[in-house]
Amino acid sequence: MEQTAAPKPSSLPVITPLPVSSPSRRPFYQLLLRDKRATAGLILLVLIVVATIFAPLISPYDPQSQKYDILQPPSTTHLLGTDDLGRDLFTRILYGARISLFVGIVTVALSLVIGVVMGILSGYYGGWIDTILMRYIDLQWAFPNFIIAVYLVAVFGTGLLNVIVAVSLAFLDDFARVTRGMVLTLREEEYVLAARSLGASDLQIMLRHVLPNALAPIIVLATISVSYAILAEATLSFLGLGVKPTTPTWGLIVSDSRSFFSRAWWLGVFPGLAIMLTVLSINFLGDALRDILDVRN
Amino acid sequence: MQRYIARRVLQAVIVIWAVGTLVFFMLRAVPGDPIQALLADVDPGSADAIRAKLGLDQPVHVQYLFWLRNTVQGDLGQSLYGSHVSVNRIILEAVPRTLSLATLAFVISFALGLAAGVVSAVKKYSLIDHILTFAAFIGISVPGFWLGIILILVFSVGLKWLPAIGYEPLSEGIWPWLSHLILPALAAGLPFSAAIARITRSAMLEVLQQEYIMVARSKGLKERKIILRHALRNALIPVVTVMGISLALLFSGAVVVENVFAIKGLGRVLIQGIINRDYPVVEGSILLVAVFLVFTNLAVDVVYTMIDPRIDYES
Repeated sequence: MEQTAAPKPSSLPVITPLPVSSPSRRPFYQLLLRDKRATAGLILLVLIVVATIFAPLISPYDPQSQKYDILQPPSTTHLLGTDDLGRDLFTRILYGARISLFVGIVTVALSLVIGVVMGILSGYYGGWIDTILMRYIDLQWAFPNFIIAVYLVAVFGTGLLNVIVAVSLAFLDDFARVTRGMVLTLREEEYVLAARSLGASDLQIMLRHVLPNALAPIIVLATISVSYAILAEATLSFLGLGVKPTTPTWGLIVSDSRSFFSRAWWLGVFPGLAIMLTVLSINFLGDALRDILDVRN
Repeated sequence: MQRYIARRVLQAVIVIWAVGTLVFFMLRAVPGDPIQALLADVDPGSADAIRAKLGLDQPVHVQYLFWLRNTVQGDLGQSLYGSHVSVNRIILEAVPRTLSLATLAFVISFALGLAAGVVSAVKKYSLIDHILTFAAFIGISVPGFWLGIILILVFSVGLKWLPAIGYEPLSEGIWPWLSHLILPALAAGLPFSAAIARITRSAMLEVLQQEYIMVARSKGLKERKIILRHALRNALIPVVTVMGISLALLFSGAVVVENVFAIKGLGRVLIQGIINRDYPVVEGSILLVAVFLVFTNLAVDVVYTMIDPRIDYES
């Protein structure tokens, strides 16, 4: 550092720290809990996650056991009734939540990591990397995520792993797009230029200076995407494009219920309600996050 | 404008070609031979004959050139199954069903969403606004296939008002056609109307704060006229902007809902094709779905210029 301290240009704006009492400086969780939607969503989601984890403690039944009377309506012994093979519906829904939440979180984590890396590379380096990646992203952008997932299942085939790959690839373009957009504006910021002039490497700049400042919209997108990924997995399962038919997933239970429409309404109604409540809780949370983190739609 | 449309049509054709090509090669890159799977328990010896007949014994690049030539000439090949019905025929039968369903779903859900959004904005923070906002949240969270099942349970099994499944062509009369489509259209459209309602609400709220609305009020115009003539027309612009995305969502909703209501439209043909690994059918219907989506987007952008003459596409 041979540089001698240059006299401060007088035109630089004076930066005054925000007063501590300003609402934007409140701890994040306080802002979240002040929001009614977020609180409702969080409570619902925590309940669902806890029930899923402790499923064996909550339900005395085995999700595969067929030893109960078939097509029993909801009662005190079988809270949500039994299905055509005499399995307890409540227990099957509880265990089904494991697949739904697992697929929802894993797929979004995958598409987030790949999409963000693509977006950063594309936005930061530009040039031919940007051209190639963005051509692909534009192609995918022309189609709804769910249709992309169906296309990919058509290619890869069904099964849990294939569904995870298909859904994560289907959601990739959203993350790449949002990240690239943020990086394009951030890379011209003065603190990035400052870091570069101090000799920071590309990797350091990307990870330490660009990425943290691009996080807000990515977090919001990730939250909303979990709900759409859960819907996508349920829909694929419903269509017979999802996991193995023996696995209790919400989509499959609804699909199987169709043969017993007139005799057993509960078989179709409750698993769908479970999907809706889960997706609703995540959407509430995502919507509140969007407001709190001040992300434009 | 004409140059803009020409450029967009060219782009659309390229997107459709790229999708078709990607799917073509990806389907052939995955391990597993559909013909073998098809004949495993019938007659393994005839596999070669069928492969030769369908051209599947050629190298992939030759197959691709054949496929490209045939597709450009409007021939989508034959089903691998049964009497090898032409994919063109399957799809020609399917398209009117999907179009009917999507159109009706669009009309119902757009009207519902717009009305809900306007009411919500005009009665901001009232009870009805809260109820509508909550309903919209439910709407975007509800799985379309489940909504379809609930509608069948209530209106077909319970009330016996409408048929549960199937499709009647328009040539059989308006009511048979419509009665089979109302429930599927609602199932495919309600999530879409929730999205429209939310966008309309926020767009209306923004417009209602503008000075020209105050001017209209101070001129003593009727509130109804202010809302419909001055506010809604300007609020429509952001609504139409997102309509491309929303229409695509509506369309993917229709793909799913067809499978609930046993309507043999494009969505059902596609899903059945995937389950049966009937590759020509899968390729053909994917291509058609792509054509649908890409040209809907194009149409939305053109409509956009008609609503908002300020937009200039030439630059």
